[in-house]
Amino acid sequence: MKPAARKKIIQAIGFLALRAAMALVLGVLLLFLYDIGKKGGGVISWEFLSQAPRRGMTEGGIFPAIFGTFLVTVITAVLSVPLGMCAAIYLNEYAKQTGLTRLIRLSIRNLSGVPSIVYGLFGVILFVNAMRFGTSVLSAGLTLGLMTLPWTITASEEALKTIPNSYREGALALGATKWQMIRTNVLPYAVPGMLTGTVLGLARAAGETAPILFTGAAFYLPFLPRSLGDQFMALPYHLYIMATQHHAVLQVRPLAYGTALVLIVLVLGMNMTAVIIRYRLRRKQR
Amino acid sequence: MSSAGNAIKIQVRNLDFYYGSVRALKNVTIDCYDRKVTAIIGPSGCGKSTFIRTLNRMNDVIAGTRVEGTILLDGSNINAPDVDVVELRRRVGMVFQKPNPFPKSIYDNIAYGLRINGLRDRRELEETVERSLRGAALWEEVKDRLDENAFALSGGQQQRLCIARSLAVEPEVILFDEPCSAIDPIATAKVEDLIETLKKSYTVIIVTHNMQQAARVSDFTAFMMLGELVEFDVTEKIFTNPANKLTEDYVTGRFG
Repeated sequence: MKPAARKKIIQAIGFLALRAAMALVLGVLLLFLYDIGKKGGGVISWEFLSQAPRRGMTEGGIFPAIFGTFLVTVITAVLSVPLGMCAAIYLNEYAKQTGLTRLIRLSIRNLSGVPSIVYGLFGVILFVNAMRFGTSVLSAGLTLGLMTLPWTITASEEALKTIPNSYREGALALGATKWQMIRTNVLPYAVPGMLTGTVLGLARAAGETAPILFTGAAFYLPFLPRSLGDQFMALPYHLYIMATQHHAVLQVRPLAYGTALVLIVLVLGMNMTAVIIRYRLRRKQR
Repeated sequence: MSSAGNAIKIQVRNLDFYYGSVRALKNVTIDCYDRKVTAIIGPSGCGKSTFIRTLNRMNDVIAGTRVEGTILLDGSNINAPDVDVVELRRRVGMVFQKPNPFPKSIYDNIAYGLRINGLRDRRELEETVERSLRGAALWEEVKDRLDENAFALSGGQQQRLCIARSLAVEPEVILFDEPCSAIDPIATAKVEDLIETLKKSYTVIIVTHNMQQAARVSDFTAFMMLGELVEFDVTEKIFTNPANKLTEDYVTGRFG
């Protein structure tokens, strides 16, 4: 065979393999969504979304869990977004590149790989016990905040790294102070990327069970949390209960699928929001 | 050497510069005259850019660098501890090798330096933007599209935009770090014409790889090699009757 023909065949095989891999990943995802959609779609109604569970969670809706997940995600964001962005700005713009900063950066990368149950137990020790916040939506939100912090920092730092140095030098050469330079000529262009990474981190946090299991999530509550010191219901934990812990597991199965569907739509929605934010802000700059 | 009757704007004495332990500038002594063009020529890696960046302390942002010797701007040491580097950079502007417009509108690019210095008055901003763009010979080309993104301009226009941007903060000295190496010959000619005009009001120091450019635009030329100043004299003398054999070999194209 001629070398040119050979090269073409190798290329065709390569592309085929890549396409197959993509089709496989996408296929599994779609199958998954289809199955949950089919089994859970039936129970979705305004009542399901707006009512509390009734009769030992065999009837009614999941509103408290939706509300709880929303509330805990807000607390997570309040902790991890400003702190993460500031840490990233410090690491990328101010910190000297010494062994210490490399160690800090390495630790942050490693923290993002720590299993979520470890964060959960850490949250019990730090927030629930040591800081006396008790098992509450505050403790759970702070625990999730800690868990997402490494993601927020890393994503924000990557976003800052994409800003060309010529923007920084150009601003400094015009007599900008370092902070003016960062505020007016770096952050405006880095924020879309920072937000994208941050929202993806929050979406992941919203779907976590382990970190909130011991820190604030409740099996069942007849009322919504009225303060940050109250316990709360959350979608992922509710799903876990409905799927495995309920006394009438088979009877509530459709409700479990419905809960799963709501959780997935919520997380996908957040991810889509991140993509849209990035797209719109990028287009505005060009 | 003839000073051509002009005052010395920048006086560099025994300047050494280190990147960590690497000595990039060795004992450089140059006088840059007020409202004259001084060209710095020399082979790649000879320290031209390092030198010009010491004049507005842009090297400060690089970790592990060190300056020794003195640089006097109007007689005062720019590396003295009480010097405000922000104010220094406003007085000593810089145009970079690659045009670096900010991803803002043309107007906002020019107004950037004024705004960070606290100017908010709309009329004054508009006047300065127009004056700066006229000063950089760009006004006629962009006056109807000041709201457009600066990235929409051609490379040569972008470089003149960067020149206009540095003019807006009314510097006394403008440093050009190989301003034409990334733009085409026609745009280069425009920038060269511009430098000719700028020297009526500003002290200009230009690093260039292009010896014809140095010969065309400058009044004085410094030839550097391996971090050392080999020869510094009026441009005509450097190009027609250099005192140093190395200079002669370089300007006649025997190496470099």
